[in-house]
Amino acid sequence: MQVQKSSQLAIYALIELAADPDRQVSVSEIGEKFRVSAHHLAKVMHTLGRAGLVRSIRGVGGGYSFSGNAKRTTLLDVISLFEDTLSDNNLSDPTNATTAELALFDVMCEIDDIAKATFGAITLSTMLKQMERRGNPTDRATV
Amino acid sequence: MLMSDFGDKITIRRIDAGDLHHVVDLDERVTGQAKPAYWQDILERYATRRLDERFFLIAKAAEAGAEAPVLGFIVGEIRDWEFGSKPCGWIFAFSVEPGTRLQGIGEQLFHAVSEEFKAAGVKTMRTMVGRQNQLHMAFFRSEGMVAGPYIQLEKELED
Repeated sequence: MQVQKSSQLAIYALIELAADPDRQVSVSEIGEKFRVSAHHLAKVMHTLGRAGLVRSIRGVGGGYSFSGNAKRTTLLDVISLFEDTLSDNNLSDPTNATTAELALFDVMCEIDDIAKATFGAITLSTMLKQMERRGNPTDRATV
Repeated sequence: MLMSDFGDKITIRRIDAGDLHHVVDLDERVTGQAKPAYWQDILERYATRRLDERFFLIAKAAEAGAEAPVLGFIVGEIRDWEFGSKPCGWIFAFSVEPGTRLQGIGEQLFHAVSEEFKAAGVKTMRTMVGRQNQLHMAFFRSEGMVAGPYIQLEKELED
């Protein structure tokens, strides 16, 4: 299981917004903070909006605010919006797979299962707590 | 008392023998398996001996009487040099009454046993959670627990 750039951006944006659900943040502001193009981020925000995790506010001073449940939304929930999390490990030709291919497949599945269990157990709220424990003074997100 | 009214109205204390049937009942309702003999053994081992390093704590509503149900429990102990590890605290049993979850009872139990471990002089605490047990995984993660330096391994024993 790999975490693609879009999933990473979505997690960063959600953390930024969930840190203060009353705050409205523009796409350009988030993009600037995480050093990504507003164009790419806009697509990500659109997907998050369709999933009900963010709310778009139009007009002057508009932007996005968090509308999900930070204690209930896991990293796996977010990643699942952008990529297939069922399995990246596929045997190209299962019926003719060699024992070596099958053995490596088993190892990759084992790693995949651990990754999924980890992402599925970490909520946005937990991420905010983790940031608080790290105590990075340069971070603008507040808890 | 309303289910949402707990907060600081919870008492965390060591278990008494009279509380055990509540623990057995809670565990059976949560796991679907009755294990009275197991819990009787845990009571004897973790609530009567070496109490400076063994902690069987329960949560009850503070103003409730002695017969009030147990709302949650946590069992932990200090283990020395298992798997080559320096002494550390282990949590090996933990449960909260399903109808009173998300109200801080589990967190108070977790913090209480953390304080016991700290007072006993250890600097690390560990537990083990089933990969599919998202409820416990998410809870322990939210309390700051992360993957440790050991990986659990197992093997099916063939006939």
